[in-house]
Order: sequence, then structure tokens, then C-alpha cells
Amino acid sequence: MLYVVIAYLWGAILLYLLLGGADFGAGIIELFTTRKNKDRTRKTMYRAIGPIWEANHMWLIIAIVILFVGFPAIYTTMSVYLHIPLTIMLLGIIARGTAFAFRHYDAVVDDMQVIYNRIFMYASCITPLFLGIIAGSAVSGSIDVEATNFADAYIFSWLHWFSVAVGLFTVSICGFLAAVYLIGETDNETDRKRFIAKTKSTNIAAVLSGALVFIAAKVQGIPLTSWIFGNWVGTVAIAGATLSLILLWYLLYRGKTRVLRLLAGFQVTMILLTTTFRHYPKIVLLKGNRYLSLVEDKGHDATISSLGWALLLGSLFILPALFYLIYSFQKKKSNVEAAHN
Amino acid sequence: MNDFIAARSQMALSLGFHIVFSCIGMVMPFFMAVAHYYWLRTNNVVYRNVTKAWSQGVAIFFATGAVSGTVLSFELGLLWPTFMKHAGPIFGMPFSLEGTAFFIEAIALGFFLYGWNRFNRWFHWFTGVVVGISGLVSGILVVAANAWMNSPAGFDYVNGQYINIDPIKAMFNDAWFSQALHMSVAAFVATGFAVAGIHALMILKGKNILFHTKAFKIAAIFATVAAVLQPLTGDISAKDVAQRQPAKLAAMEAHFNTEKSAGLIIGGIPDVKNQKVDYAIKIPGALSFLAHGDFNAEVKGLDSIPPSEHPPVAITHYAFQIMVGLGMTMVLIALLYFIALVRKKSWRESRWLLKLFVLATPMGFLAVEAGWTVTEVGRQPWIIKGVMKTADAVTPMPGIVYSFYLFTAVYLSLALVVTFMLYRQIRMVDKLYDIPADTELPKH
Ligand code: HDD
Ligand code: HEM
Ligand code: HEM
Repeated sequence: MLYVVIAYLWGAILLYLLLGGADFGAGIIELFTTRKNKDRTRKTMYRAIGPIWEANHMWLIIAIVILFVGFPAIYTTMSVYLHIPLTIMLLGIIARGTAFAFRHYDAVVDDMQVIYNRIFMYASCITPLFLGIIAGSAVSGSIDVEATNFADAYIFSWLHWFSVAVGLFTVSICGFLAAVYLIGETDNETDRKRFIAKTKSTNIAAVLSGALVFIAAKVQGIPLTSWIFGNWVGTVAIAGATLSLILLWYLLYRGKTRVLRLLAGFQVTMILLTTTFRHYPKIVLLKGNRYLSLVEDKGHDATISSLGWALLLGSLFILPALFYLIYSFQKKKSNVEAAHN
Repeated sequence: MNDFIAARSQMALSLGFHIVFSCIGMVMPFFMAVAHYYWLRTNNVVYRNVTKAWSQGVAIFFATGAVSGTVLSFELGLLWPTFMKHAGPIFGMPFSLEGTAFFIEAIALGFFLYGWNRFNRWFHWFTGVVVGISGLVSGILVVAANAWMNSPAGFDYVNGQYINIDPIKAMFNDAWFSQALHMSVAAFVATGFAVAGIHALMILKGKNILFHTKAFKIAAIFATVAAVLQPLTGDISAKDVAQRQPAKLAAMEAHFNTEKSAGLIIGGIPDVKNQKVDYAIKIPGALSFLAHGDFNAEVKGLDSIPPSEHPPVAITHYAFQIMVGLGMTMVLIALLYFIALVRKKSWRESRWLLKLFVLATPMGFLAVEAGWTVTEVGRQPWIIKGVMKTADAVTPMPGIVYSFYLFTAVYLSLALVVTFMLYRQIRMVDKLYDIPADTELPKH
């Protein structure tokens, strides 16, 4: 059962990165859209993510619940030492979620919209930035559980070049995912072109910030390259991602955008795979060669097995319903506008 | 304010905030389903308008409920890591099932909000009902987790170790049923009176009478039926508390000395130092009867519990009085309303009855907050009753005070914005929803 639970945890994180990420990305894209096009971007976005918006963010909750039920030591260690970035991320989640609903459901359309929009766009950047910082700190060995002063324990555990670089990388990945996703959601050629252009620029941003991650790792002595190239899974995955990058640009250039979504999803999956595979099952690396492991720090067996059953049973209900939701709104896209009253 | 008090206050604030939205998220779908049903059955467009107007409001509450709930699931670790480290694997079962309930709810909500004119009408109606059912199920599951803190089960605590863990037993602990029942009914009382009160106000103001009358009636019937049931479920809770947490019962009743044929104290100001209650009304024998179903039974007082394990008496006592007082007031209003429905036609349109409902708008939610104060403060100093003290569970990180200030500011501003939006929603009713049957609704 342990492996079922771990698979669900990994899957929930991946899906949150892909779906929630595209969702954050939509706000990021909106921020980097010129004023005259903002309205059109917003419209496309509603059409694309409105119905599944709530569901996209459930993956985070699933991941957290799996952590605190199944791997309490991991959940609590991160909660204690990453208290500050977690709090900032939470504030971002609150601000973004409420602003998104408010601007859509406010009965009166007036200047308040400007405020909702601002909050939505900035929070869409800050939240993935801190998600990335949290993920970066978890693997960089910077969490210092023996620290004796406030700064070492609660600030430098997460504030360093590597985690910030991972944060920036996460932000650009989110923007990239959203841009690719939105191409398929447009109903006219101009918007399509605009999102293709956005795909190119966010992809460049992702590659550049990815490079930044490597540089930061080098500077801080984090063996990132050996995680990736030290085993064949990492090497194959990263090679696949790189090859698909070339394919992606070729297709963008030719204006063939059908398979782009698959490619983008594939790339992000490969990136998550390489970064987690090598040091699995040690998912949190702490200072001084300590670590937290999915195998050694798991909860009691009875808990793991009931958690596993709960997850399996839950999927039996959730997955068909979720697919039907996505399917019906894809198929009937044309009259979504009509349903928006 | 020290960090420990700050952490408790932040937890209380976040839960007190979330509970309002979760009550609405659990109950409003049922109100909408009724209005929606009438629309599909009668083709009376006012019902469609009521359903749509409500669903607009509910979407806002849902989003706020979802984010405040997400915050809570992190806060458990941010504020109480030691508690979560040991409790997580034991009381986690309801949370892992709740994940499924939430997910279903979010999916069904997508169908419901975006599904107008796009699906079979009854399928669309059904998705609305699913939202309500899954909301109710998730409410029951979280309360089961909370009940475990009051009545720990499903593990053995030996030499500081938690062994023989059985998550299923932990979920079905002794307190889960009474708490979940009482809470579910409370959600209907609170949401029902709040919604009925708002619509009553609009009727009194003479606005869109037809619309508001239909809306009022649906909410009022749910509210009043639930209000009458609530003292009965409360009685089950009280008997339960008497069994499993005598200290909590003693604090609720400011009952200092163990005695047979104990009197029920109503109101009054507890004087903890001198172990007495001033200015209270005392009904002889009634406490024994309420707690154990026998006028002569012995009820344990605070003197039977070591002083270091006494909960704060005054807060618990006041909160309990407030809850019961509000509960009884709502029962009264409910009875008047039933008489109006069945016998007195003239009362039905009368302004004084509507005014009573307007007065009662906040009562249900105040009772919910008071009730949770009883449950949580009455459990102190324990976070897991008899096993772990709250003070031992708090995070080692200093500076929680600032986090408390920050979250207070955030929740205050959110509450303001939500109120403001609700106000706008109601003011727009005549523009958006009070239109002849054959015109399409405007888009925005
Ligand atoms: C509309 C709200 C409402 C109303 C009118 C009442 N209650 Fe209540 N009460 C709650 C809402 C609530 C609550 C917020 O839902 C609580 C908190 C925890 C729980 O399970 O329910 C609660 C807790 C609670 C507890 C503590 C349970 C525990 O710690 O396990 C008792 C003994 C009662 N109630 C008893 C009553 C009685 C005798 C009432 C008679 C009128 C009453 N309540 C009215
Ligand atoms: C939504 C309804 C709830 C409200 C309004 C509420 C209210 C409160 C209050 C007032 C306190 C502070 C008590 C004190 O410091 O004296 C508190 C503490 C706490 N509550 Fe609740 N509570 C609710 C439900 C829950 C649930 C469902 C859980 C967990 C599953 C929970 C977990 C906690 C924890 C961990 C603390 C901190 C430790 C403590 O002070 O005992 N609460 N809550
Ligand atoms: C008595 C206390 C509680 C009750 C009755 C309750 C009930 C509910 C309900 C019915 C919802 C869905 C309604 C909505 O989305 O508006 C909800 C949302 C949520 N609650 Fe609570 N809850 C309580 C306390 C808690 C606690 C202690 C936690 C965290 C540990 C929590 C976590 C969540 C989460 C994560 C969501 C969002 C799920 C979503 O997106 O739908 N809740 N709660």
C-alpha cells in the first residue's frame, strides 16, 4: 500500500503543477499582456478554466492530506522550518482565489474590477514563486533543524539563491503551460497568434530560468547535475524533454499547435521525474546530511493501508466525474458564453 | 499577547471564519435545489430567478470557503506541529475521505454553475443536489476528526508512544455522532435564519416582493424545522459530554461542587475564586435530569477534577448560555411561524413576523460560534483530551503574534469585501432577476 500512497502523492503534485500551474499561469500571462488585449485574454481564460477552476486546486489539498496523514514527520518539519514561505504562499492562495471569484461574480461591474484584477495578477505570480521556493528548499539541504537562532532556522532554511531560482523557474513554467493551453481555447486567429507568441516568450523564460537553477546549484554546491546525469532515468528523461523542446519550436514555427499541449505536459512531467527520482525515497534533504524519507518516515502501517484504500476508492468516484466534466465543457465550448449569465 | 495565546487566537479566528462559509456551502445547495425543483416543475420563472440569484451569491461563498479551508489544512501544521505529528496518522482517516467529498463537490459545482441550458435539465438539477450532499458529508467528516480530539480513540498511549493505531476506530469515536448530528442541524439553522432574514428585510422594504417572498419561504421552512430539532440534538450532545468530559460540562454549567440532584443554572456571573455563581436562576434537579436523565443523579463538579485541568469557566459558561438562549429564541420564532402557516392567515403577511425574522438574521451564526467556543474552550487545557496538552503542541517558531495580526487583517478585509458584494448582489436583484418570463437574462 505504501507504494500506492506514494504514487498518489507524486501524481497529485504533478497534476497540481500541470493544472493548477496552468491556472496560475493564466494570471501571469494576463499581467504580461498589453492593456488593450487584457480583456480578450481574460475572456479566453474564463472560457478555459471557469468550470474546472475549483477542481484544479483540489490537488494541492490531496497532496497535503496525504502528507499529514501518511508522512506526518515530513509535513511537520516543513511546516515548522518553512513557516514563513508557506504563510506567504497561503496569503497568495487566499488573494488569488477570492479575487478570481469576486471579479467574476460581482453583480456590479465598476472600478472594483480594477482592484480585483490587480490582486489576481500579482497573487498569480507570488504564489507559484513561493511554491517553487518551498520545493527548492526541500531538496537543497538548507533546512537546518539544529539551528539555534531565528535567522538560521526560519529564514535561511528557505532564502537562498537556489530556492529563488527554482521559484522563478516555477513561475515561468506556469506561464508556459498556460500559454500553450490557451492556444487551443481561442476562437479566432488573432488571439491564437498572440498566444503562440506568448508560448515562445514564456518558453524562453523557462529555459533561461532553468539555466539559472543550474548556476545557483553550482554556486551552492548542490549536486543537481549528478542527480540528473548520474542515472539513466534522469538522463533519458532530460534528453526526452530537450528533444521535445526542439520539436515544440518546430511545431510552433510551422503553426501546428495540436500536439503542443501533450508536449508541454510531457516536458513538465519529465522535469518532475528527474528531480525526484534520484534521491527517492528521501524527498526532503536537510542540512548536515540528514533527510526525511517516504519509506523511513512513513506513518503507521494501519494508517498507510487505510489511506491507500481511501485514495483508491475515492478515485473510483472522482476520475470518471472529472473526465466527464472536462469532456463536456470541451465539447460544448461554443455555448459557454451563453451559460455565463 | 504571547505566542501561545496568539497561536490559539489565530486558530480560533481561522476556524470561526471558515465555519460561516462552510455552513453556507453545506446548506445553500439544498435551498437552491428546492427552488430549482419548483422551476422545473412549475415553469414559474421567479423560481428560476431565485435559483440563479442564489447561485451567484453562493459561488462567492464557495470560493471563500475553499481558500479558508485550504489555509486551515496548512495551519494545523504551521501552528500545532507536535499535535499533527502524532495525531495526523490517527485522526487522518476522515480527512482522507474528505478529500474525495471535496473533490466531488468541486466537480459538481462546475457542472451546476456552468451547466445552465447545456445539459439535460434534471441532470443539471441533480448536480446541484450532489453539491449539497458532498458538502454535508465533508462537514460530518471534519467534525468526526474534531470529535476525536474530545474523545480520543483508536490507539493506545503507552509511555509517550502512540501504538496499536486503528484509524477506523478513531473516526467512529464516542463523540462523532452527537457532534456531527448537532453540527449538521446547526448549519441549517444558521444559514436558514440568515437567508430568511435578508429576504424578510427586502419584503419589508417593498422591493421585488414576489421574488423575495418565494425565497423567504424556502429558507424559513428549512430554518424553522431545524430550529425545533436543534434543542433535541443539543440534549444528546449534553448527555454525551456529561459521560466523556465531565470537566467541560461542569464549566458549561459553572457547576463547582459535585452533588446529587444538581440544579440547572441559567445566566449568572461565575465567581471562580469563591466557587459560586452570582445572580443566576437555579432550577432544582434539572441539571441531573439533563445530563443523566434522572433528577437524582450525581453530577460531577469542578472539585472532582485537578485544578490544573480546569477549563476556563467563565468563557465556557457564557458561550453555553448564549448558544442555548439563542437556540430557544429561534424555537419560539419557529413556533410562531408554524402557527402562521397552519392557522392564522392574517399573520402570514404581517410585518411583525417578518421583523422578527430580520432580528433573527445573525442569531444562528452567533449560536454556531458560541457552540464551538463551548466545545473548544471547554476542552482546554487539552488538545487531545487526557493525552496531550495544548501548550505542548504549539510550534517552536517565535513571532506567531505577527502572523496572528496579519491573518486578522486578511480575514477582516475579506469579511468586509464579501459583505459588500452580498449587498450589491441583493441591490441588483430588480435589475438582473425581476424581469418578465420571455426575456433572456442579461449577461455581464
Ligand atoms: C444554530 C446553532 C446552535 C444552536 C441553536 C444550539 N447549538 Fe449547541 N452547538 C452548536 C450549535 C448550536 C455547534 C456550533 O454546532 C456545536 C459546536 C460543536 C458541535 O458539535 O456543535 C455546539 C455544541 C454543543 C455542545 C457541546 C458538544 C460537545 O462538546 O461535544 C452542547 C452540550 C450543546 N451544543 C447543547 C445545545 C443545547 C442544549 C441547545 C439548546 C437549545 C443548543 N446546543 C443549541
Ligand atoms: C469550525 C468550527 C470550529 C471553531 C469555531 C473552533 C474554535 C476554536 C477555538 C475558539 C479554539 C481556541 C480554544 C482556546 O484556545 O481556548 C480552537 C482551538 C483549536 N481547534 Fe477548534 N474549532 C472548530 C473546529 C475544529 C476542528 C474541526 C478541528 C480539527 C479537526 C479543530 C482543531 C483545533 C485545534 C488544533 C485548536 C488549537 C488547540 C486548542 O486550543 O485546543 N477545531 N478552535
Ligand atoms: C467544524 C468544522 C468544519 C466544517 C463543518 C467544515 C465544512 C466544510 C465544508 C462543508 C466545506 C465545503 C464548502 C465550501 O467549499 O464552501 C469546506 C471546505 C474546506 N474545508 Fe472545512 N470544515 C470545517 C473545518 C475544517 C478544518 C479544521 C479544515 C482543515 C484541516 C478544513 C479544510 C477544508 C478545506 C481544505 C476546504 C476546501 C475544499 C474545497 O475546495 O471545496 N475544514 N469545509
